[in-house]
Amino acid sequence: MTVDLTQFHDAFFEESFEALDAMEAALLKLDVGSPEPELINTIFRVAHSIKGGSATFGFSEIASFTHSLETLLDELRSGTMPVSVALSDLLLKSVDVLRAMLRAVQAKQPIDAQRVSDLQFDLEVAIAKKSEPAPIVAARTAAAPLAVAAAPVAQMESPAPRSPRWRIQFHPYRELLARGNDPLRMLRELAALGELEVRVDSQMLPPLAEVNHQDCYLAWSLELPGEVAEEAIRQVFDWAEGDCELTIEHLTGDPGNLSVSATEDLLAGVAAEPPASAPAGAMAMSAQQAPAAAAPPPPAAPAASLARPDAGAKPEGSVSGLGDSGSIRVSVEKIDELMNTVGELVITQAMLSQLGSHFDGPEAEKLRAGLGQLERNMRELQESVMRVRMLPISFVFSRFPRMVRDLAQRLGKQIELKLTGEQTELDKTVLEKIGDPLVHLVRNSIDHGIESPEARIAAGKPAEGTVHLDACHRGGNIAVEVSDDGGGLDKERILAKGRARGLVGPNDSLTDAEIYDLIFVPGFSTAEKTTDLSGRGVGMDVVRRNVKELGGKIELRSEPGRGSRFTITLPLTLAIVDGQSVAVGTETYIVPLISIVESMQLKASGVTRLSGHSEVLSFRGDYLPIIRLHELFGVEPRSRALHEGLVVVAEGDGRRVGLFVDDLLGQQQVVIKSLEANYGHIEGVSGATILGDGSVALILDVPGLIRAASMRAAA
Amino acid sequence: MSSNAQPGSGSGSHQVLTFVLGNETYGVDILRVQEIRGWSAVTKIPHAPAHVLGVLNLRGSIVPIVDLRMRFALERAEYTTVTVIIVMSVNTPAGRRDFGVVVDGVSDVVDVNSAEVKPAPELGSRSATDYIRGLVSVAERMVVLLDIDRLIGRDLALSTGVDAEEALAASAA
Repeated sequence: MTVDLTQFHDAFFEESFEALDAMEAALLKLDVGSPEPELINTIFRVAHSIKGGSATFGFSEIASFTHSLETLLDELRSGTMPVSVALSDLLLKSVDVLRAMLRAVQAKQPIDAQRVSDLQFDLEVAIAKKSEPAPIVAARTAAAPLAVAAAPVAQMESPAPRSPRWRIQFHPYRELLARGNDPLRMLRELAALGELEVRVDSQMLPPLAEVNHQDCYLAWSLELPGEVAEEAIRQVFDWAEGDCELTIEHLTGDPGNLSVSATEDLLAGVAAEPPASAPAGAMAMSAQQAPAAAAPPPPAAPAASLARPDAGAKPEGSVSGLGDSGSIRVSVEKIDELMNTVGELVITQAMLSQLGSHFDGPEAEKLRAGLGQLERNMRELQESVMRVRMLPISFVFSRFPRMVRDLAQRLGKQIELKLTGEQTELDKTVLEKIGDPLVHLVRNSIDHGIESPEARIAAGKPAEGTVHLDACHRGGNIAVEVSDDGGGLDKERILAKGRARGLVGPNDSLTDAEIYDLIFVPGFSTAEKTTDLSGRGVGMDVVRRNVKELGGKIELRSEPGRGSRFTITLPLTLAIVDGQSVAVGTETYIVPLISIVESMQLKASGVTRLSGHSEVLSFRGDYLPIIRLHELFGVEPRSRALHEGLVVVAEGDGRRVGLFVDDLLGQQQVVIKSLEANYGHIEGVSGATILGDGSVALILDVPGLIRAASMRAAA
Repeated sequence: MSSNAQPGSGSGSHQVLTFVLGNETYGVDILRVQEIRGWSAVTKIPHAPAHVLGVLNLRGSIVPIVDLRMRFALERAEYTTVTVIIVMSVNTPAGRRDFGVVVDGVSDVVDVNSAEVKPAPELGSRSATDYIRGLVSVAERMVVLLDIDRLIGRDLALSTGVDAEEALAASAA
């Protein structure tokens, strides 16, 4: 009996590609001169497992190549060979070649033997040269002092602290919550480590009227028993680093320990400064915040020196993103199927609950208890299934360090990539479709945005340009920003091009926003010469279309000489919305909770009739137009008198309106169903959902409602 | 897309579901029929043409419901428990869509020989009757064979403002 190995091929390829991604990420994180041993181990493991697998399956070319690679990596691992820029380039190339080989074998096509043997030769040469001095001596010596600087820190954490207490000063920045961190959860985690003493500092808390519920105003002073490992404490704050000022002090009276907090303070201080004035600090920040995707190998030694203590402080945290995550691969269709079934179950459960309330008798109580239990279980099930679909945006961001590094090298530009807010989670479907638009924007920034080092210096800017990718929650949406500090958009040239192409009349005068809008026109390009990166005029229109398909929008701001910033706003998930059910006549509508500011009953005196027909209500010093939903949707309401119904103050596209409805029914999470699948788009309606009784309710789209209402008013 | 056999096209016989509206009997290709269900209350859609009554939940998907009486400008009938909705699929420029039509009652499934299908007499404007595939006699009764793609598909697309570009993108997807 023989085993058919081909059935395992798919798994091997999938795992190998995944492992190569991890290897690439690890390589990019590798500090020249003072490599993290765990990172090298990760890289080594990848090469080793691919070698093993390919030998088993008889892919001899891959096995032979990985063998050379493994030999070289073994030298690195044992420390007999230093990590240099040239070497990490070589290793990155090896990743590319390995990927190409695996793809070729997977597609049953011949391997590019010349490319493989060339690189394998280079690898062998590198192995042979190991005894010679490292090519980048400068980098090594420059890095040496910082190893000394880092040393006290390293010593500090190795012996288990014997002293009585840890004091943790935790000052979150305001945007901490928006980055997806939850202080409460962090405190809970700390409390699990040992007896936790918490003092809240509420000095920053503004008067209630000025409180923005998405900002964090509180700071904490915490104390933990000394037996707790510093490592464990730091891990709790892993995700929050860069979003807060954090000081961890050991209260022993032992002067040697002070250096820990001193280093931290230094770091925190640097990090708090605006990045423009401290490029090195910015580097440290990005390295700190980015377990999955770190800064490219630092060209400047000072930057490395700042990044070092951090890396030394939490080796586990910084590597955890690369190792085995204990996950399984599941196809998206299966999850979608699961989602649909759960959605149906929720409806069935609601139907049963309604039915159960009609029964009487001794058994009815038990039935209702059972139904209550079912409802709770259903809710948990639904939430878990939803969570399965949520992934941190780092899955998309992680491809950029390599891309930026390669592009910058090719174009002869110096570019630093800053990644922030990568732990922001969003729905997988959204995540998958946002990758390509982001790649395009980043490429554009590098190709058109950032100037050459000479031009930058001439313009009085640092030679190294910055491309910044940021993600955060903003009002129930995800905002992803791609900004650069390059030359900005050339308004005149765009306008001239627009005129030349007949998009703009010769005498039209356009606002800035309208001019910028031109770059989203299909086939529009201002690049004087086409590069293989960009300038062919395909792209920005595709970017915008992709974003729109996801129900998002893209905005552009640009300042000549200062750079430009693209902001993509996306819905968190395409599948579920928190809604408030409202009744208008016999119809039920769902208003997304995100859009609702407040709901209230109107007094007859609170309404003013403007000339003609439009009604406005006074709301916190503003006058808001009232949209009568029954008029807009042509439904017979229970009452036309404003004081007999309710007004839902809602916000959309920065405008507020009062929606007049008969009644508020209740809040619930609803599964969004497409109306467009079988019908079409309706202005003011974003979709539909199925209510507990099996009937359909329309989900309102507040910005669309406002547009529809103002069109009616204008007509 | 148009691989589904249409009444009146090609040769041989095919099956047609017949239903009654007022005094007339109409027929649609049975392959287009998804299911037949009883009447239940619909959710109104704003700004919809009058004959689009609203939407229903059909096992998790949202399906528009069209009143054929209103579409044919017949006298309106009360919706009762015996009112029937035939759920069909229609090919539109934007791809396949499901929708339900409200009819007075379902009659039968009959075999129709394509050779026996007579073209509809041209009277008045062509476009008013171009959704009629043809006429056929079944057991002494005249059955009007409908081209639902023309009857509803274009109708749906027009009434809901699906423009050509979107339609193309959707059908390519």
